[in-house]
Amino acid sequence: MTIGDIQTLLGAEVLSGEDLLGQPVLSACGSDMMSDVLAFVKEQSVLLTGLVNPQVIRTAEMMDMRCVVFVRGKKPDGAMLTLAKAHDIAVLQTPLRLYTACGRLYAAGLKGEDG
Amino acid sequence: MSAPEHIIREQYTVDGDDFQAAGGASSAMKKLLRSLGVPPDAIRRAAICMYEGEINMVIHANGGEAEVTFDGGVITMTLRDTGPGIPDPELALREGWSTATDAIRDLGFGAGMGMPNMKRNADEMTINSVINQGTVIVMTIRV
Ligand SMILES: Nc1ncnc2c1ncn2[C@@H]1O[C@H](COP(=O)(O)OP(=O)(O)OP(=O)(O)O)[C@@H](O)[C@H]1O
Ligand SMILES: [Mg+2]
Repeated sequence: MTIGDIQTLLGAEVLSGEDLLGQPVLSACGSDMMSDVLAFVKEQSVLLTGLVNPQVIRTAEMMDMRCVVFVRGKKPDGAMLTLAKAHDIAVLQTPLRLYTACGRLYAAGLKGEDG
Repeated sequence: MSAPEHIIREQYTVDGDDFQAAGGASSAMKKLLRSLGVPPDAIRRAAICMYEGEINMVIHANGGEAEVTFDGGVITMTLRDTGPGIPDPELALREGWSTATDAIRDLGFGAGMGMPNMKRNADEMTINSVINQGTVIVMTIRV
């Protein structure tokens, strides 16, 4: 699956990183708690979240993630998008809720850390 | 690896009043380690340790100073603050133990997972804390 496929599956808008849509991703995680992402995530390269602040992008950066998807139409500000660009992290936005967005990606074959 | 006499040392200030900017020190350290050719796994572990520590300094201790050294074999991260101190470091290392407020949880932190995560990712970690004076945390990563 690529970041572009995620965009299609979630009916998402690309807010940053149009040039990264061809990048492959192997697994994902969904959480509003960055504490949990930092403690439990291993190799997942996509983060789906309803939390919107710069620490979401920072967390993705620390974990070497490639893509952040904001759910429920949450809109990151310009500073967050600049930060994401600087670290080659694609930023997507979908109107779907967290559960639905994760479910769609999982059903399409994008796994979590535990299978 | 490289000769021990060549020690890299960097210092970062962590602003305690700016949650938005938190993570800047960790980000700069990550870039530094990458430029020094440190293997990705060691960089990842160092970044997690530093970032958890940096966020803690911002949300629990009103900021502080971070120092990173690399001698070619070991990354040493020292985090110093003049915050309230940690009354019981053993307790703070326990998963789920947190004094964070709901306001902090609304920012995506405060699950009591940070200190155990630092301990897990560092090869060594020491906590020195004095109530009402501050906390010094030293973490090392073997490359
Ligand atoms: N630098 C510090 N100064 C004072 N107290 C601290 C400091 N770092 C941690 N603590 C205390 O230790 C507790 C546990 O820290 P830990 O990082 O594990 O959890 P947290 O920061 O509350 O939540 P999380 O890290 O999951 O976002 C904190 O709630 C706080 O009471
Ligand atoms: Mg913490």
